[in-house]
Amino acid sequence: MHIVHRPEYGALMSEPLLQAVNLHCERDTRTLFRQLSFSILPGTVTRVEGPNGSGKTTLLRMLAGLNDAWAGELRWCGAPIASQREEFLRNMLYLGHRPGIKPLLTPLENLRALMAGRRPSPDAVLRQALQGTGLAGFEDVPCRNLSAGQQRRVALARLLIADEPLWLLDEVFTAIDAEGVKALEALLQQRAAEGGAVMVTTHHDLALPDMHRLTLGAGEASDER
Amino acid sequence: MNAETRPTVRLVRSSVGALAAMKGVFARDMKVAFRQRQDLLNPLLFFIMVVTLFPLGVSPEVSFLQEAGAGILWVAALLSVLLSLDHLFRHDFDDGTLEQLVLQPQPLFLLILAKTMAHWMLTGLPLVLLTPILGVMVHLDGNSIAVLCLTLLIGTPVLSFIGAIGAALTLGLRSAGVLLSLLIIPLYIPVLIFGTGTVAAAAEGAPVGAYLALMGAFLVLAATLAPFAAAAALRISLSNG
Repeated sequence: MHIVHRPEYGALMSEPLLQAVNLHCERDTRTLFRQLSFSILPGTVTRVEGPNGSGKTTLLRMLAGLNDAWAGELRWCGAPIASQREEFLRNMLYLGHRPGIKPLLTPLENLRALMAGRRPSPDAVLRQALQGTGLAGFEDVPCRNLSAGQQRRVALARLLIADEPLWLLDEVFTAIDAEGVKALEALLQQRAAEGGAVMVTTHHDLALPDMHRLTLGAGEASDER
Repeated sequence: MNAETRPTVRLVRSSVGALAAMKGVFARDMKVAFRQRQDLLNPLLFFIMVVTLFPLGVSPEVSFLQEAGAGILWVAALLSVLLSLDHLFRHDFDDGTLEQLVLQPQPLFLLILAKTMAHWMLTGLPLVLLTPILGVMVHLDGNSIAVLCLTLLIGTPVLSFIGAIGAALTLGLRSAGVLLSLLIIPLYIPVLIFGTGTVAAAAEGAPVGAYLALMGAFLVLAATLAPFAAAAALRISLSNG
């Protein structure tokens, strides 16, 4: 007898967290990808590659549920996402082009507000996360007085305290300095080692061993390892 | 970026309750608004200016002002709420906080309810508080002023809730102002008619209970249905954005 089971909560998982089956997406009469299928396993970093306009951002927004204009099927832990949206959102962290940072609030207030809907954390933890992203001393300065890179780092501070197993990171390396990129690479690698799954789009050369690649082309898509 | 050592990744089973998340949204909107006070003052100044200019432009006669005063105040309040609507989601859309709001695990309509309540506290409520002073200015009697405040207290949240739908629908557009007004004004008209009708009835000494009950029904309808519509409209706007 074949037993279909969903991974036990709390147990280390070997089934794919996220599965995409025959995704098809068009934008302004252009086919971005068709019959795109892939699986995201726990403990992996997947880089979505492709030239500008190949649909990297669209794909991540689709996966996050921000874009509805697509066909195909998305599964979370084996069951369609549409039937367990809340469950999926609880376990997914999306960072987009726009960092989600209020310029009028301080990094600490921003981080507190972003965590308020997920896992409220004491200020000490939030401050520690901000310091971890190199924002020590800037915790209480309004974000509009910070540089673009520093604002991005406020958003990235979430990654240091996030417990969502799936991270969808869209161009998170933008405006981050060389040292920051290195630290972020190390963080992604550590996350994979812990059992998390990361999907990332970037034009930086990521120096990660055993990184999966998902290549989107002009109208064609292929899934390579 | 040194991560603290964490246990092995697990699926997240529970998240913050809806009420706590709503509080978070409300608190952030309030904080942002008070960091940018001139944005708060704009609708209020508009309200005061319109009401002040009417006697100068039309007639300073006491009899005219007593008759038209409630209508002037209601129209001015309606327009100043309308002016503030574009800000409701626009800044959040531009800086990406709206995406994060939509991706919170709690039901989106509850989070929008919290946002709209914050919007009312920051625009509608100050208008209601200013009304007694402006009411005296247009020679309304005490009873009329009290009824006027009551209708605005019930009516302005309706304006915010209905406005949230329009603001969400026009979010993806570059110049949303005109379309927003065109969409929203027809829906504002019943609120305006019953708002001013209540004050007129009170001035004639008629009982206003039925009017107020009807306005209360508007409020219940708007507060329960508008967040759903606004949530759906937001998803569409984000999907295209």
